[in-house]
Amino acid sequence: MTEADFNTVLPEVVLAVFSMAALLYGAYGGKDKTAPILVWITSAIMVAIALWIGVNGAGVQTGFGGMIVNDAFSRFAKVTILLSGAAVLLMSESYLAKRDLLRFEYPLLVALATVGMMIMVSAGDLMALYMGLELQSLALYVVAALRRDSVKSTEAGLKYFVLGALSSGMLLYGASLVYGYSGTTLFSGIIQTANAGEISLGLLFGLVFLITGLAFKVSAVPFHMWTPDVYEGSPTPVTAFFATAPKVAAMGLFARLLFDAFGGVTGDWGQVIALLSVASMFLGAFAAIGQRNIKRLMAYSSIAHMGFALMGLAAGTAGGVQAMLIYMAIYVTMNIGTFAFILSMERDGAPVTDIESLNQLSKHEPLKALAMLVLLFSLAGVPPLVGFFGKFYVLKAAVDANMAWLAVAGVVASVIGAFYYLRIVFYMYFGEEGNGIDGQMAPIAWAMLMVSAAIMVVGVINLFGIEALAATAADALVK
Amino acid sequence: METIILFAPLLGALIAGFGWRIIGDAAAQWLTTGLLLLTALLSWIVFLRFDGTTEHIQIMRWIESGSLSTDWAIRMDRLTAIMLVVVTTVSSLVHLYSVGYMAHDENFNENESYRPRFFAYLSFFTFAMLMLVTADNLVQMFFGWEGVGVASYLLIGFYYKKPSANAAAIKAFVVNRVGDFGFALGIMGLFLLVDSVKMDDIFAAAPELAETQLHFLWTEWNAANLLAFLLFIGAMGKSAQLFLHTWLPDAMEGPTPVSALIHAATMVTAGVFLVCRMSPLFEYAPEAKMFVIYIGASTAFFAATVGLVQNDIKRVIAYSTCSQLGYMFVAAGAGVYGVAMFHLFTHAFFKAMLFLGAGSVITAMHHEQDMRNYGGLRKKVPYTFWAMMIGTLAITGVGIPLTHIGFAGFLSKDAVIESAYASGVDYAFWLLVVAALFTSFYSWRLMFMTFFGKPRGDKHAHEHAHESPWTMLVPLGVLAVGAVFSGMVWYSSFFGDHEEVNRFFGIPTHAEAEAGEDAAEGAATGAAVADGPAMAEAEDGADAAAAVDTHATGLAPEGAIFMAPDNHVMDDAHHAPTWVKVSPFVAMLIGLFTAWMFYIRRPELPGKLAAQQRPLYEFLLNKWYFDEIYDAIFVRPTKRLGHFLWKRGDGGTIDGFLNGVALGIVPFFTRLAGRAQSGYLFHYAFAMVLGILILITWMVLGGGAN
Repeated sequence: MTEADFNTVLPEVVLAVFSMAALLYGAYGGKDKTAPILVWITSAIMVAIALWIGVNGAGVQTGFGGMIVNDAFSRFAKVTILLSGAAVLLMSESYLAKRDLLRFEYPLLVALATVGMMIMVSAGDLMALYMGLELQSLALYVVAALRRDSVKSTEAGLKYFVLGALSSGMLLYGASLVYGYSGTTLFSGIIQTANAGEISLGLLFGLVFLITGLAFKVSAVPFHMWTPDVYEGSPTPVTAFFATAPKVAAMGLFARLLFDAFGGVTGDWGQVIALLSVASMFLGAFAAIGQRNIKRLMAYSSIAHMGFALMGLAAGTAGGVQAMLIYMAIYVTMNIGTFAFILSMERDGAPVTDIESLNQLSKHEPLKALAMLVLLFSLAGVPPLVGFFGKFYVLKAAVDANMAWLAVAGVVASVIGAFYYLRIVFYMYFGEEGNGIDGQMAPIAWAMLMVSAAIMVVGVINLFGIEALAATAADALVK
Repeated sequence: METIILFAPLLGALIAGFGWRIIGDAAAQWLTTGLLLLTALLSWIVFLRFDGTTEHIQIMRWIESGSLSTDWAIRMDRLTAIMLVVVTTVSSLVHLYSVGYMAHDENFNENESYRPRFFAYLSFFTFAMLMLVTADNLVQMFFGWEGVGVASYLLIGFYYKKPSANAAAIKAFVVNRVGDFGFALGIMGLFLLVDSVKMDDIFAAAPELAETQLHFLWTEWNAANLLAFLLFIGAMGKSAQLFLHTWLPDAMEGPTPVSALIHAATMVTAGVFLVCRMSPLFEYAPEAKMFVIYIGASTAFFAATVGLVQNDIKRVIAYSTCSQLGYMFVAAGAGVYGVAMFHLFTHAFFKAMLFLGAGSVITAMHHEQDMRNYGGLRKKVPYTFWAMMIGTLAITGVGIPLTHIGFAGFLSKDAVIESAYASGVDYAFWLLVVAALFTSFYSWRLMFMTFFGKPRGDKHAHEHAHESPWTMLVPLGVLAVGAVFSGMVWYSSFFGDHEEVNRFFGIPTHAEAEAGEDAAEGAATGAAVADGPAMAEAEDGADAAAAVDTHATGLAPEGAIFMAPDNHVMDDAHHAPTWVKVSPFVAMLIGLFTAWMFYIRRPELPGKLAAQQRPLYEFLLNKWYFDEIYDAIFVRPTKRLGHFLWKRGDGGTIDGFLNGVALGIVPFFTRLAGRAQSGYLFHYAFAMVLGILILITWMVLGGGAN
């Protein structure tokens, strides 16, 4: 390991070393009593690393013989992952503490998962890909079952683990097929084979299996079945985490694999991704309508959103990747705000997830209801909120790539999907008076909700400049 | 100063409209009125000090898109100055009048606040009208054009609790859309050919347009004729000319001050203003001009005949307005734009006064509008009576024949009729003379039925008839001054000999300066500048026009109006035979005598005549059945179509489809998705395996195969 290699992965190393040190400290220094301080420190370090990457990074560095790539794309994804991870960690503290769930392992597992995600988005090799993916997944399996004494939580963890293992198996099978037909695990080597003459069927099969494995992680239809159950069963902060950072990481890895290793045959995989995209958008829209539980509803919502993000990928252009990155950044912001609110949904101290408990919220909590209204409208993609622009970019990318039918399907799906978001708004403003929610919001969660809602409104001016950053990142990936 | 004139009414409208809760009812009324009085004062200063040369005052850049570039700018020339005076004077007086007129209104409850809204609308209207008349390009003019349309809509429907008022407002808006469509097409056509909407560019290109062919609908047209025609369609809508006139009588549903301001003095004259403003284009469009004459003359005649038999006092005046607008268009179509503006100018005074006077009578009679229930009101409302008398003398054209002494309408209307004769269109001339007879008849009929004879109708109302407050009488007095003197004072400026008219409108001439001999101060001060290069030699009118011609090539003609070198109508009008000049006066006398016979001497005659000539009477009473014909041809088929599209198209097909999807298909899939989510791990795993199969098949069949 040379110094240059080491420098390429320095942020990951720092976070990993911190996690292990903190693990020792927690184990020997007071167990769960150290949890609150660890949450804060972990968040602070993640934010610091995000700033470090954001300010320092420039150009392209590769390490370990091309296994790790540090370019504008990976930096964009890493910053998004780190910031959203830190935000979710912070707002979950009071929820977990209240319910005696605040184990000191929790922040460290999140940190380790984050390390895995950072490796995922900078993978330049099938090995690195798998390593990052598994590091992330193993940590997530555990946090899904964080509430060990709850049947639902353990069920969620177990389901996730078993299905995750299945998907990992498929991914590995795909990786071995690709290796077998190209003779290398490096993306830079695979792309040469794929581009040389007609792509072999074996390589395509391998690609489909790889796509399958990743589709599981982004919960694209038909590999989404775990999502509602896991979202519902896990403690809400964990759900919030599932819905944000890992989605960005998986999407980033998706893009990296498709463009770095199979960038020359966009036509081949574009069709497959488009199919996943359409299926996800429609299933997300249809299935969410039947949901009364807001966590399951958000699960389907995230499935539908992943469908839109995949639309950007399916375009197979730099514009599409840019649109996907913008979409993911906006999606994460909206979800942090929404989950900050969901965390506060409780009655008599017990969490409630029934959407009808939001009846007449606007009377009791006008400001919170207004913020939720903005977020839900934004999730539905109602102009002029920021959520609309996310959709606008992916639709435009699809149209530019001569996939107008995909864009039309997206619009139809978003119209259907608008129903369940607007129904919540309806309950909040026009619903019948009934058993409402009465919990007080933790100050941090409140701030997250308000900031997120404000971003949805103010961001329409220039999307905080994210457009240019995403364009740079996309150009680094799509050559 | 022009900027203040333009924006003071807007300021008033905004403050009164949005801020009345803060400043209160009375303050909102007096603020808007005060601002308008200031505007009027400034307008007169501008008008009297104006020297005739066209100025462009840019306020801001407005639209920049491709080659379309539109500034928000004031075009300051004589036409603008005239319109500024007309609009702001009448508007300020109407504001003042409304303080009294709107003080009590049975259409609203005691504690309802409707007055600030009314004044805000009035001021907003004034702003939009000023935008229209000061426009330096057609897009800005269109903005003002639509703005006054909106204000008119709001004010006609001001009594929004009355269904008839709402219907009238909608009718006015819809009928105007027809005209505005033509106007918009005209603007687009001009932009297509000239590549600019600026007045100066269009004027400069007019000679070229006359030689251009433009394909429109099914065939090739002469561009100048077609575009002038399209613009005139817009003017027809706004100015209620025949075929697009049906909204104006109904617009009387609005409060009477609105009728005076919008539907008599200002907005409805916008069409005349447009034709005069576009005179450089119309001069190159002979067929379009001919069309204008025919439509104008027909309208003047038609509206006058209908006015003969109406019983609602406001409707009589409304048809009278319609008819007088026809006069103006005849003058404009004949190419004597100065006379068109002259009649517009004098008409604004006496017609506004007639309306305000009618309003005063109506308040006196407790909102009774049917003249059959009036009678003998002379003693009850003496000031109103005298005001109405002056107005009637003015509109019927009382004066000393063959001199320039008389009421305002005498000078301007006779000028129109002489121009009609000089244009050589006998049809127009004779119709206008007959219309003058009718005008005299219905105007005196109104006077006799209202103020003379014995009281008819509700006794109680007659006993309690009272004179109006000072806020309503002062405007009447001011307008009376205008109705008496405006004709005599400005006759030579609008319709004097060629040099004076040229000087007044800032048209460059080489005539010697004979400054300061008449009362037209504006013209007098203008002379010094217009004759700047001091061309000493005296030339006759034709040569002066030839000099104009040299300007017309390449550059926009200077001056507010443009008369082509071969346009001698105005000179011919001056030299019309004596019998022509006397004919309107004779017509007026016949009308007066007939009215006197019918309503003073032998009041039983009208009933007998109506019974004897039943079909004719019915025909006139029903306004030539225009509303019925339109109802059958346009309204009902449209309604049927609308009903069909609504029920079958929207309700059946679109809603049906969407409801089917939303209530049938979507829930079906929702249930399906819910059932698939069984909770069993092996189902989930099976779905994943199935997914792989599908994806691989898809890849092999779709992507991988090629």
